[in-house]
Amino acid sequence: MTPHKTPSFYSANASKFSRLFLAGAVASLLIFAAACHKKETQASVPPPMPHGPAAPTATLKVNPAGIQQGQSASLVWQATGAETVTIDPLGTVAVSGSQTVSPSASTTYHLVATGAGGTTEATARLTVTPAAVTAAPPASVASNQSEEAIFTQSVQDIYFDYDKAEVRDDQQAALKLDIQFLQQHPAIRFIVEGYCDERGSTEYNLALGASRATAVKEALARAGITANRIQTTSYGKEKPFCAESTEECWQLNRRGHFTYQK
Amino acid sequence: MTISINNSANTKDSSSTANRFAQLRRRLSRAAFVATLLAASLPIAAQDWIRTGTGLGVDKLRLAAPEFKASTTDPRNLDLVQTFNTTLWNDLATAGLFEMVSKSFYPLEIPSYPSDLKLSLWAGAPVNAGMIAFGNLGADATGLVAHGWLYDAKNAQSAEVLGKVYREEASANGARTLAHKFADDILVRLGGGTPGIAQSKLFFASTRSGTKEVWMMDYDGQSQRRLTDFNSISLGPKISPDGNRVAFSSFVNGGPSLMMYSLELGRMVAFPRWGGTNLSPAWSPDGSKLAYSSSQSGQSQIYLADTSGNNRKQLTAAKGPDVSPVFNPRTGGQIAFVSGRTGLPQIYLMDTDGSNLQRVTEEGYAVSPSWSPTGQLLAFAWIRKYGPGAPGSQDIYVMDLASKRWIQLTHTGGRNDFPSWSPDGRHIAFQSNRSGVEQIWTMLADGSEPRMLTTTGANSQPNWSWK
Repeated sequence: MTPHKTPSFYSANASKFSRLFLAGAVASLLIFAAACHKKETQASVPPPMPHGPAAPTATLKVNPAGIQQGQSASLVWQATGAETVTIDPLGTVAVSGSQTVSPSASTTYHLVATGAGGTTEATARLTVTPAAVTAAPPASVASNQSEEAIFTQSVQDIYFDYDKAEVRDDQQAALKLDIQFLQQHPAIRFIVEGYCDERGSTEYNLALGASRATAVKEALARAGITANRIQTTSYGKEKPFCAESTEECWQLNRRGHFTYQK
Repeated sequence: MTISINNSANTKDSSSTANRFAQLRRRLSRAAFVATLLAASLPIAAQDWIRTGTGLGVDKLRLAAPEFKASTTDPRNLDLVQTFNTTLWNDLATAGLFEMVSKSFYPLEIPSYPSDLKLSLWAGAPVNAGMIAFGNLGADATGLVAHGWLYDAKNAQSAEVLGKVYREEASANGARTLAHKFADDILVRLGGGTPGIAQSKLFFASTRSGTKEVWMMDYDGQSQRRLTDFNSISLGPKISPDGNRVAFSSFVNGGPSLMMYSLELGRMVAFPRWGGTNLSPAWSPDGSKLAYSSSQSGQSQIYLADTSGNNRKQLTAAKGPDVSPVFNPRTGGQIAFVSGRTGLPQIYLMDTDGSNLQRVTEEGYAVSPSWSPTGQLLAFAWIRKYGPGAPGSQDIYVMDLASKRWIQLTHTGGRNDFPSWSPDGRHIAFQSNRSGVEQIWTMLADGSEPRMLTTTGANSQPNWSWK
């Protein structure tokens, strides 16, 4: 670009800046209309009135809501103000978490969250349609399927903080269980998939998801899981697990997820 | 794509008007377009936003563009002429260079040929046109023919600036292409010698077919068409400098891999598949190299490879994801990219061998760099006031790299991302969810005149062709 001689600025303010832009020929003129337009500060929300311990809140979702027999779905729950959470028929579970389920018949999952403020319930129904009639699979395939089913029901996701790819302290228990299972099943190969919440940019989230998957892989490798059993990939925010714009949904999407590799 | 039957004949440029345009060219120089705004942004960096009145105080050229009339009796003319006129007006009105004279001021006698033109009627009040673009077109057995002229209304002695015959196939697409070619011939003459963008293309990702696929369209949103049919997740298309190939990422074979589509062949071409997450390819301006992000060593890092995928070389090695590289399109010697090495993503520059690293943004959440054609300015998406209680909207900003001064171009709230400069540096395409769903928009490079180009499905990651 050939520098042009700089004609005078048209704005009264501009001449003192012109030296900053020797290379830029001057054409356009600007005005500062609305320059002082300030965004209004949002009033802070007053804290809730103290009213004794609040009743727990609980959500329970299943995704997808309908599957064919033999397929699996993800059960996701989140509770606040609860000390114990049980889900029938799974039993006692973490206060918030997710699990892959693969029931053979339609199932209604029933969550009970109990805390100092009382008890809150939530239910989610998974409809299972019978698979189309097919020839009986060979025995070896059947045994693989059962191994996959055990894998998907046993291995828990690892959750991450916003914009972070370090395994949190509160995820160490889940990680330990995952390591135990993987040590007991040394033949299983699997993929760790990194996911992110919907905030932020598509490309950066794909890179961040890769970092999360790598963080999980490295933690497993440090515990002695052979690295060549583990592949990693990232879905960023391209395949959200939970589609609402809420903190609980975002948390559920910020995870490392395990997929059985045939 | 349209087949051009006969590109041109009978081009006449009037050199006698050259001096008159010299001054105009200086005023409309593309570097000046935004640089001036940045210069003036110095005292208001702490303020929320400024209104940049590009062209205010500088008289924009008043251009009259009376409608072309049919030159033959072919019944197809009705639609073709209307398509041509709509396209031409849109091309000229959105170029950012002209004040289009309202048609209500035009004389009753609309010229189709120079012999019809009464120049004084257009030069005087109330039209007060500086230039007038006019002509005719019609379909015949050989296709669609347009005669276009550009006349200097203030130079009765030697008024003709441009007179040219254009031919395309007799179709809506052909009519649009005729209009784009005539518009580009006007724009290069009145736009400081910078080629017009009316024949440029935009590449983007769209979910309208059910899954995210790679699409392309004309720069004005017309002729939207799908390139991939993977029924997977395909995203981040980047067109090669010669306009022949599109690099992008796809999950079709498992984890995200780089893939290559040939527009010449109309199909995918082979590209090596590596492990890990491979993302955000970027073409070097000479078309010989691709920079991209890959997690093959664990963390996502910036790599450089031949466009065949060979001779890979790792450029960054910091902890924290590195992604979204883009070459300085003028020099090819520098790469801007995004890194989360200090926490929230920031924009950095480095030389193409990985040396001379410098940080560009100092705060907030800064992603999606796009370098202006001159190499002077960097557009990017920024959540500047990041954190609890902050507005948190993601907007498009432009920074002058020499001075690190920036201006904010979008102010609508919501998520604005993936700016991409037009080849003439006067426009920026971007993605915004301001309409409720992510769509592709364009605006002038000062942030004015936003226009939504897509409406169906979610559309993202626009990439403007190099020419």
